[in-house]
Amino acid sequence: MTIKTSYKLAALAAGATALLAACAGGASSGADMNPAQLDALTHKIVQESFHDKGIVKVSEALASDPTLAACDAADVAGHPISPERAKELEALNMKTIRWPADGKYLGDWKSGEKIAQSGRGRTWTDTASTPNGGNCYNCHQITKEEISFGTIGPSLYHYNKLHGVTDPNSPQAQEMVKYTWGKIWNSKAYNACSNMPRAGAKGILTEAQVRDIVALLMDPKSPVNQ
Amino acid sequence: MHARSLCLAVLGTLALGAPALAQKTSTQAIEEYREMLQDGNPADLFEMKGEELWSKKRGPKNASMQQCDLGKGPGVVKGAFVELPRWFADTGKVQDLESRLVTCMSTLQGIDPKEVINGQWGKGERANVTALATWVGAQSKGMPFNLPQSHAQEREMYQVGKRLFFQRGGSHDFACASCHGEEGKRIRLQDLPRLSGNPGDGVGFAAWPAYRVSNGQMWSMQHRLNDCYRQQRFPEPTYASDATVALGVYLGVNAKGDKSAVPTIKR
Repeated sequence: MTIKTSYKLAALAAGATALLAACAGGASSGADMNPAQLDALTHKIVQESFHDKGIVKVSEALASDPTLAACDAADVAGHPISPERAKELEALNMKTIRWPADGKYLGDWKSGEKIAQSGRGRTWTDTASTPNGGNCYNCHQITKEEISFGTIGPSLYHYNKLHGVTDPNSPQAQEMVKYTWGKIWNSKAYNACSNMPRAGAKGILTEAQVRDIVALLMDPKSPVNQ
Repeated sequence: MHARSLCLAVLGTLALGAPALAQKTSTQAIEEYREMLQDGNPADLFEMKGEELWSKKRGPKNASMQQCDLGKGPGVVKGAFVELPRWFADTGKVQDLESRLVTCMSTLQGIDPKEVINGQWGKGERANVTALATWVGAQSKGMPFNLPQSHAQEREMYQVGKRLFFQRGGSHDFACASCHGEEGKRIRLQDLPRLSGNPGDGVGFAAWPAYRVSNGQMWSMQHRLNDCYRQQRFPEPTYASDATVALGVYLGVNAKGDKSAVPTIKR
């Protein structure tokens, strides 16, 4: 049975339950829905409640996505997804990472700092031409100078030292440089239910912007590593 | 003068240069600033406007709102706020404070719900609902939240609200839970309450409607949820739609026993 059909069936069941409740004359009795019926009711309510606004379209913003669906369901159930399922989803996300064609991973850290500071872009009050920010400081400490930082993600201050990197151009550092690029491009390739956006994979940041953020984190001259 | 003393306090802490200490102190400075403003919360003006709108004869039916049933019987306002959203027999739906006010404006006064639902924040009939919600909310100040969960639809809406709270989406994969799922987290310097559990007196669901100093606007819970979804990069939830009501049930039930501080004052 496809997901769509099961949704339809569950929606029918949900409708029948609602009808029964209505026929009971508003009494508080009536069997409660099972989890599948509640999922279907939620789906129906989401479809009816949200509308396109500005650059944000329902069809894109709420499109089904196996990674998000699995993580959402785990959160609702109150336990993490299984390690096997996590591996499958991480592999799926890994495939979306576009590595730099010219093999150049580090750009300009000064530009990276500006991108890390900006939380702009992709809301219904932004325009398509608004340059997207990385939203990095909203969740991470990055430089020592910027004290207005969030704490949802780990501190990235002294990034190289924390990750055992002295020279990002050295062969030993290549694995960590690639990880840093990949994590920014698609965080879910390394942690299926990460809170972090998939900046490259979802087209939030360009390849050049990702390169500049990698430099902010890994360039020995960046204030992050001072 | 308040603003200036806040700036001085913040600058003073910046000069210390010890990040952890500076953040703690600037957070405290903002907290003190809020306390100072609490003495003269501009929300009072919206509360007064709401009180006036409740008894004023308006709309095509030239009637007041005084017979509006907010869940505790026609005209009973005290204690209604801390039991909403709840199920209503006449509409057969679970409704939050604002959607219920829209129902009363429609049935009692003959005001078209579309004027509110398709309206703009801070304007026309939608602004009137915000003022009414501020006044109604204020009549339950200090009372503990105690949403009913005896009707099957109320329990269903809690479960739907829970699913919405954890629903990732938009270009950035953000859910309500991305910011409000853990204790003691911040966005920049803004403290975030954990709303998947009980956040405590006057926090989260127990804090809105609130007057927002940064933009000089009175924000209802509908407005708060709307702007959360904007920042989540979600599409817009329709005013008083079932998704917003379900989230209200989830947040309100989680806040059980927390005392309402409405109307509050915010950044």
